[in-house]
Amino acid sequence: MNVADSSPAPAMNNLLASNADSQRTLYPYVTGTSVVGIKYKDGILLAADMGGSYGSTLRYKTVERLKSVGKHSIIGASGEISDFQEIMRYLDELILYDNMWDDGNSLGPKEVHNYLTRVMYNRRNKFNPLWNSLVLGGVKNGQKYLGTVNMIGVHYEDDHVATGFGNHLARPILRDEWHENLTFEEGVKLLEKCMRVLLYRDRSAVNKLQIARITQDGVKVFPPYSLKTFWNFNAFQNPTVGAEGSW
Amino acid sequence: MFRNQYDTDVTTWSPAGRLFQVEYAMEAVKQGSAAIGLRSKTHVVLASVNKASSELSSHQKKIFKVDDHIGVAIAGLTADGRVLSRYLRNECINYSYTYESLLPVGRLVVQLADKAQVCTQRSWKRPYGVGLLVGGLDESGAHLFYNCPSGNYFEYQAFAIGSRSQAAKTYLERKFEGFMDSSRETLIKDALFALRETLQGEKLTSSICTIAVVGVGEAFHILDQETVQALINEFEIVGEEPPADEAAAPDQSTGAEPGPADQGTPADQGVTPMDI
Repeated sequence: MNVADSSPAPAMNNLLASNADSQRTLYPYVTGTSVVGIKYKDGILLAADMGGSYGSTLRYKTVERLKSVGKHSIIGASGEISDFQEIMRYLDELILYDNMWDDGNSLGPKEVHNYLTRVMYNRRNKFNPLWNSLVLGGVKNGQKYLGTVNMIGVHYEDDHVATGFGNHLARPILRDEWHENLTFEEGVKLLEKCMRVLLYRDRSAVNKLQIARITQDGVKVFPPYSLKTFWNFNAFQNPTVGAEGSW
Repeated sequence: MFRNQYDTDVTTWSPAGRLFQVEYAMEAVKQGSAAIGLRSKTHVVLASVNKASSELSSHQKKIFKVDDHIGVAIAGLTADGRVLSRYLRNECINYSYTYESLLPVGRLVVQLADKAQVCTQRSWKRPYGVGLLVGGLDESGAHLFYNCPSGNYFEYQAFAIGSRSQAAKTYLERKFEGFMDSSRETLIKDALFALRETLQGEKLTSSICTIAVVGVGEAFHILDQETVQALINEFEIVGEEPPADEAAAPDQSTGAEPGPADQGTPADQGVTPMDI
């Protein structure tokens, strides 16, 4: 953050002073990469790998980045994992208080998405963001909902959404191949196609992914599995033939 | 109710376990002019009697829009009612802002009831002197609640509060079983009839009453005076007995039913003509 360049207005001095600096988020440390989400015939499907990178090191390989929120929603997060854990605490508390009314009403995915948007945008305004890009999907009363919100508070809904590299690599595939009546199997295949491209091309991707599904009947987060990949390209055979002594 | 040595503070119990200040606050509701609410599966109608203090003044506003899906009718200290309406509007708009969604009616009334309860347990406060009929729609259907100064709230099919509300309640008790399946027009008609019961013979015109409706696909709004007068004329409510239930069915099919005026003077039929 280029704080040294500008002369801060008096109101900002305490935000940019050195001891206050240590209290707010400046950079992410342990991060998750893309999340991809699509609407399908019966509900929503989310996919994300289980990697937690520490800078350029692929340090943690069993990070669950897809979680259920109440009865009607699922959330997928990329970015700082500790901030995602904090968000889960906020959401679990939100759902708890919602259940405590015990009155037959419940927060649906649209409400949760908007609540998150308010939280993210308010933190951004205080120059202390939750360093995440989130995908929020769900089904309530037969209505499907899929949206995204990120650390600066940008939020929107669509039939398919992604975070990070997913926006550049997965969305074009989805724009061509997504349609409203995907079956569960077709949806998973489409997500796997996207995740495979991300695995080949995103440096922070790991080959261990999870799919989460939500329908009117409930949430299921599937056990992790790996994608089959192909590396036997001719150009990759005998890699040292043009550079003797290298490895 | 008579004065006694336990009724000075709201924080003093009587030996019989009563809080007299709270009960006195509920008396204030009974002194206000009548307010009535009824609901069906899809609509809620609120109606109130608006008596101006003199011909020169305007009348007190007793029905407030709280949000597109909720409105309230009040009876009692209208100033307290106005302040509570502002609170209700705030709660609705804050919920909408955070969740982009309509505050469920049941939650709003609980928040209102909890606010009223605070005033029954603080020595430096007094209970609100107003009863609120909260009518609204949410995901679980149409609702009518009554919030009273004690901090209690109940859900009703139909209810009336304020002075001479017992007459309206008697009418509603006869008819309420059909309300769930009533059409919007029948519900408004029943509201007007119930309102007329509280007037004890005084002529019902749109200048002394206010009607408000909220329903599926219909935001809460107060009907304007011409519409109300047209409805009163259509239902021939002015000074007439409410029609028996069998006669009620043909009312809705076409416009105005053939009024008694068309048949000459029915009061004279069957009576021997004057000899003079």
